[in-house]
Parts: sequence; C-alpha cells; structure tokens
Amino acid sequence: MAIWDYANPTRFLRLVQIVLPWLTGLCVLAFAAGLYMSFFVAPDDYQQGDTVRIMYIHVPAAWLSMMCYSIMAVSSLGTLVWKHPLADVSAKCAAPIGAAFTFMALVTGSLWGKPMWGTYWVWDARLTSVLVLLIMYLGLMTLWRTMEDPIKAGKAAAILTLVGALNLPVIKFSVDWWNTLHQPASVIRMDGPTIHPDILWPLLVMAVAFTLLFFVLHLMAMRNEILRRRVRAMRLRAASAAQPGTAAATAQPAE
Amino acid sequence: MSSWGVALFNRDLRLSVRIGGSALVGVLFFLAVVTVIPFGVGPDLNLLARIGPAILWIGALLATLLGLDRLFQADREDGTLDLMLMAGRPLELVVLIKCLAHWVATGLPLVVAAPLLGIFLNLDPVAMGAVTLTLLVGTPALTLIGAIGAALTVSLRRGGLLLAVLVIPLAIPVLIFGVSAADAAIHDPVPFLTPFLILTALSLIAAVVGPVAAAMALRFSAD
Repeated sequence: MAIWDYANPTRFLRLVQIVLPWLTGLCVLAFAAGLYMSFFVAPDDYQQGDTVRIMYIHVPAAWLSMMCYSIMAVSSLGTLVWKHPLADVSAKCAAPIGAAFTFMALVTGSLWGKPMWGTYWVWDARLTSVLVLLIMYLGLMTLWRTMEDPIKAGKAAAILTLVGALNLPVIKFSVDWWNTLHQPASVIRMDGPTIHPDILWPLLVMAVAFTLLFFVLHLMAMRNEILRRRVRAMRLRAASAAQPGTAAATAQPAE
Repeated sequence: MSSWGVALFNRDLRLSVRIGGSALVGVLFFLAVVTVIPFGVGPDLNLLARIGPAILWIGALLATLLGLDRLFQADREDGTLDLMLMAGRPLELVVLIKCLAHWVATGLPLVVAAPLLGIFLNLDPVAMGAVTLTLLVGTPALTLIGAIGAALTVSLRRGGLLLAVLVIPLAIPVLIFGVSAADAAIHDPVPFLTPFLILTALSLIAAVVGPVAAAMALRFSAD
C-alpha cells in the first residue's frame, strides 16, 4: 500500500524534497491568479461594494478550517487504528495551521460584519461554532505542548481529536438550534450554486490556492517536526552516553 | 452488576464523601457562584428570574468541572489505577462505575441544591422544578464527558485548567439544551419535551462515548 511506503520518515523526507518545490510554485501561481481575479476581474457587489472582496479570503479560510480538522481526524484514526508512525506528526502539524485559518476566517468575517451588519461580532450560530472550533484547536495544541513524550501526547491528542470529530456535528446542530442569523450555504447545494459565475470563479481559484497553501505549510511543518524529533532522540542518546548507568534513551518510532 | 462493581462504587463514594474527599465543596462553590452573579448583573429580581435557569446551569457546569480533576488523579497517585488496569475487568465499565460514583457524590448534591438556590434567584415553582429536572438528566452527561478530559490530563501535575479548556467545548450542547428545556417550561408556547428529550439523548451518548474514550486514554497514559 502506497501510504505504508512512506511510513519510513527518511523516505517521506525524500518525497517532500521532490514534491515541495513544485507544490510551492503551483501555490504561488494559484495565489497570483486568484488575487488578480478577486481584485480586478470580479465585479463589485451592487449592495456591498468593495467589501465583497473580503469574501475571497474569508470563505476559503473557513473551508480550510474545516478541512484541516478532517485531516486531523483521519490522521488520528491513523495513529490509533493503524499506528502509522507519521500520522501523529501529521495531526500535530495540522493543528496550528487549522487554528490560523480559523482565526483568519473569524477576523475577516468580523471586519466584513462591521460595515454590513453594523457590529464586529454577533452571537450567531455559524460564528459561534467557528469560535468553538478555534477553542478546540487551541486546546489540542495545549495538550500537545504539556506532554513531554511526543508519542504519548500524540495518542492523547488523537483521542481528543476523534471525540471532537464526533462532537462537532452535535455542537453545530445545537448551536444552530440556539440561534441563526448567518446566510445559509450558497456554493455547495443540491440545486447548483446560487452565486453568479463572475464571483464564483475567483472564489474557486482562491479556494484551490488556499488548499495548496495548506499542503505546502503542512509538508514543511511535518518535515520540521520529524527533524525536531531526531534532534530530541540524538540529545537523549548523547545524554545517556554521557552518564552511563542511567536508563538508555528509548528509541523513537519517528526517527 | 456483579459484586466487584458494587464494591468499586461503594469505595469511590466513601472516599469522596469522607474527610479528604471534596464532594460537598462543589455545592459550596455552586452556592458561591450563584451568590456572586447578582453582584455582577445587579439585584433586579425580574432579570434574575429570567436568567435564573442559565445561572444555575453555568454554576453546575463550573462546579462539575472543578471536581473532575480528582476523578482519576487520586487513584493514580496511590497506584490504585494501575491495579484497576491490571485487574482484568473491562476498563470501560470501571470508568463508568467511577463516573457514576463521582456523579452521586458531586453531581447529585448540585441537583438537590438547585431548588434552594432557585429561591435566591426568584424562580417560580414551575421553573424551579424544570431546572432541577434538567440538571438531574444533564449533569451525568457533564461528568461523563468530563471523564474524557480527566483521563487525558491524568498524568499532568496541574491538569485542572487544561481539563476545563478541553471539556467546555464538548459540554456546549448539554448546556444549550439544558437551558432551553428549562426556559421552554417557563415560557408556555415552546414545547418542553423536544429539548428535554435531546438532552436525555446527549446524556445517553455521553454514557457510551465518555467511558470508551476515557478508558482508551487511561490505557495509553499507563504504558
């Protein structure tokens, strides 16, 4: 199975080395095209004027914030069920990126909300569930930071990620029950999108660009994490060599 | 339930009720929170009656969260947890029984205290009954969800704050449906049974997810 070939971190690092420049190039191109389209090609909204352009950042960021959690949930399954050695590296590295996208969605949303709704923040269902998502990301990151052993921390965080993944639909549903003001989804619907193509195309290009950006950052973060663990393992080995008699450093699977 | 289950339940209950246990401190904390709220929002009795169910629910949530860090930690410190892991009994069941004992020692007193505190908040009898009933059904869910956080943070020395941060997002649905069921009972046109049944369902789901996830976390923290 292809995914098992890259269970070996060295092989994975070699793959990253080959893929990353291409992916970075594609990402830059997609951003250039997407930004040009959203600033110069896409028309002003007849009501919202230029502020509608915030959407080209806001909506992809919001999509990515959810995709990031899905990737973390799949990686957590990989940690707990298949014990894939890179799965917890992937989950750990996706969390800060997801938190950043979630934060970006919240900030751009409230910047848009001030002229449109007249307030930076409303306790509306969607905004609230995104805020809850941000808190969950930050909680997960804290859990990782508080545990010293990366393997143990990875397992604990994987359990929490999966419980969160089970709970997120429930939270979403209950917050919807609680209060709803945000406009309903208008791109992904059964009867086709309700957005005009002039606006839809820049949005889709930006979505592709954001997705590529995520993968670039994710691969870079995973590479750094693998190297960081190697450094940690080397230090442990050096420390135990300097002081014979103490317990030998345990081997890290992610070496 | 076999005899070991009853023995475990009795042991946990006795430990948390007797000196050194902190079961009744939770009720005191609950009282303190409810006392402090009028200082924050003003002594207007109409306002207090309107937000009373919410205050009681938030007080119960905070009191539950504060007591949770002792759920597994005391057992880990004196080595009992390792014995439980090696006992060959299903760990999920052990966790469920421990949660049940913990709830009887800390959650049930909150439910019993709720009508009394409702008097302070100018709740009418119907509202008082509704809040008490929703707390009775909903606080087990808080304990069971909290068990996940308690198991994840069991090896940390100062895990209490982190536990609260991890558990609060997961407890939001319980809070929403608990408060809206209590509110529905006060304001007639909204049906009471719909949110109440969803709250019951949330408790039942928590009774499955909580012990399974907590047991898994305990196993990982041990090895």
